[in-house]
Amino acid sequence: MPRMSMVEAIRDAMDVMMARDESVVVFGEDVGYFGGVFRCTYGLQQKYGTSRCFDAPVSESGIVGTAVGMAAYGLRPCVEIQFADYVYPAYDQIVSEAARLRYRSNGEFTCPLVIRMPTGGGIFGGQTHSQSPEALFTHVSGLKTVVPSNPYDAKGLLIAAIEDPDPVIFLEPKRLYNGPFDGHHERPVTPWSKHAASDVPAGHFALPLGKASIARAGTDVTVLAYGTMVHVAQAAAAETGIDAEIIDLRTLVPYDLDTMVASVAKTGRCVVIHEATLTSGFGAELAALIQETCFYHLEAPVARVAGWDTPYPHAQEWDYFPGPGRVARALVETVEA
Amino acid sequence: MAEVTPLALHVPEPAVRPGGVPDFSSVKIPKAGAVPRPDVDTGSEAIRDLAFSIIRVLNREGEAVGPWAGLLSDDELRDGLRDMMTLRTFDARMLLSQRQGKTSFYMQHLGEEAVSCAFQKALAPGDMNFPTYRQAGLLIASGYPLVTMACQIYSNARDPLKGRQLPVLYSSKEHGFFTVSGNLATQYVQAVGWAMASAIRRDTKIAAAWIGDGSTAESDFHAALVFASTYKAPVVLNIVNNQWAISTFQGIARGGAGTFAARGLGFGIPALRVDGNDYLAVYAVAKWAIARARSNLGPTLIEYVTYRVGAHSTSDDPSAYRPKTESDAWPLGDPVIRLKNHLIRRGAWSEERHKQAEAEILESVIAAQKEAESFGTLHSGSRPSAREMFEGVYAEMPPHLLRQRQQAGV
Repeated sequence: MPRMSMVEAIRDAMDVMMARDESVVVFGEDVGYFGGVFRCTYGLQQKYGTSRCFDAPVSESGIVGTAVGMAAYGLRPCVEIQFADYVYPAYDQIVSEAARLRYRSNGEFTCPLVIRMPTGGGIFGGQTHSQSPEALFTHVSGLKTVVPSNPYDAKGLLIAAIEDPDPVIFLEPKRLYNGPFDGHHERPVTPWSKHAASDVPAGHFALPLGKASIARAGTDVTVLAYGTMVHVAQAAAAETGIDAEIIDLRTLVPYDLDTMVASVAKTGRCVVIHEATLTSGFGAELAALIQETCFYHLEAPVARVAGWDTPYPHAQEWDYFPGPGRVARALVETVEA
Repeated sequence: MAEVTPLALHVPEPAVRPGGVPDFSSVKIPKAGAVPRPDVDTGSEAIRDLAFSIIRVLNREGEAVGPWAGLLSDDELRDGLRDMMTLRTFDARMLLSQRQGKTSFYMQHLGEEAVSCAFQKALAPGDMNFPTYRQAGLLIASGYPLVTMACQIYSNARDPLKGRQLPVLYSSKEHGFFTVSGNLATQYVQAVGWAMASAIRRDTKIAAAWIGDGSTAESDFHAALVFASTYKAPVVLNIVNNQWAISTFQGIARGGAGTFAARGLGFGIPALRVDGNDYLAVYAVAKWAIARARSNLGPTLIEYVTYRVGAHSTSDDPSAYRPKTESDAWPLGDPVIRLKNHLIRRGAWSEERHKQAEAEILESVIAAQKEAESFGTLHSGSRPSAREMFEGVYAEMPPHLLRQRQQAGV
């Protein structure tokens, strides 16, 4: 199988879908000729022409608003917001329009749209290149929200998202674009090529939305994670020697409750982790779900490790980012509770 | 050094408030037939003046004059009159229904009937309107059944939207009427995207975007103009300037721009301004802009100058912010009466036929209303099942919604 970085896997997913389906169009700021500030669309305009892959004005509501109209026409737009931190001008179009077209028109108009956006911190991105706004989308009925953690998943999930008949928010942890990252910023970064998940099938393959994967099987405690935090959790498990079962949610909504419940029923303990701020973060939903469905299995309170309830700072990057140290402490406390 | 005086905030105010004498002396009305009709491939710069004038066809005597006249036959004009009268009658009946508690809410079109009724007649099958909540004339002029409209308003068992939407937020793909959203201006930029899609697929269909004067202040209006201009999207960008956004006069949205049409010029989009109460003029400019779009010449911006005679909605009382007699003073008159007078002048209509048509239309609207009521109203009779509430959020119901539907016991 070809080896791909996450950037290459994402680009390949769009390439595969543009070749298969004439209705797939790709656009966004710097997405066309230049191929994207992260190179995720590199070469697509050259291959498919300017009417299939093109540069857009710097207007997030314009990008998403026109894409909603295109989707209503019958195209399958896969648009890019340069950073998730800049999605807010498009929030009205996403929440009030994309998410509700099917419902409010009783299925007359639908919105098969994918909105890709680089997300997450750990790159000294400061306040507006580091945010993890997933909870703003998981709270909206009618949207699906996907966060891959490796090249294999990124390709399979993005193809599934483009084929999905409903709008999908596709959050790409930019810290993982070129290699896995476990939060040990003091160590050199290894590229994806040294990682098993960079074996990505050529051609078309889709992974189901709404299905979690077990990133590490274990019996002591269940860790619910997604994106970069999957790798942080693995480091924390290795360093503590705790036999954690790490679940990579992959899709936040619709979520895979069965996989979560089966694991917590087995381990009796649960730690929820994400980069996003704590209060009203997606972790609150996960903790509530586990409490509701696994109350009689739980041997310890459900713990949450998350970003602090502050804007994402610059100089204090590693004090803010929930790294392996903080996750390890939560694992130990939960197992010993 | 010159002395510096403190700054002062400028807040525009309408010329007259309740209790005052209506004054439209600032609205400059050119004579019918005075504005030239350029070729459709004319660039925006060459027709700058058209964004500051008003294209009119019907003169005071009810004659159709000038270069924008002569497009419609007697039959087409009679159809147009009937569409406008139907919309006005339907509005009156639904207003009454709301007062009687048969529905929660209604919004009428009084005084603006020509804009949507005439525009629809210039479109071809397959074209798509992206309307606001005040363009039901598009539906009526395209033959959408009144019974179905009333069922949507009553949220009853035959409501095509299954009771999920507020009254008047219709949707009909078949009739080229995009699902109306409560969020203002969102559809304006979606229309541009739909038009871009038609161009991407080398189709021949065009889109029509609709917005009111107040909503032009929303950021999606500006996004729409940027995208329409950049990609030369086959879209007609309609602004219905009825002078009022609920209680806010149009000057609050327009600011220092002479007209709303003038906004198009800064984006390089040809802009026309038209008498919105002149059925023939609306049809003529719509035809012109639609021809431009279909010839791949790009977007056109049209400002329809009209007046919102009725309240903003059934939840509004205009006497709190404008003179009660203001609509009587509106210099562009009433679209129904003007077309009626024109048809009589042409010898294609009479007072007698008009009275007869009024009676017939009232009868057919009441019949449609009664039929709709037989399927239920908001608070009595049949209504969509609670099960419908959970359907259509996604193409396939995800597990969490299935669980909630079970919890709801439906």
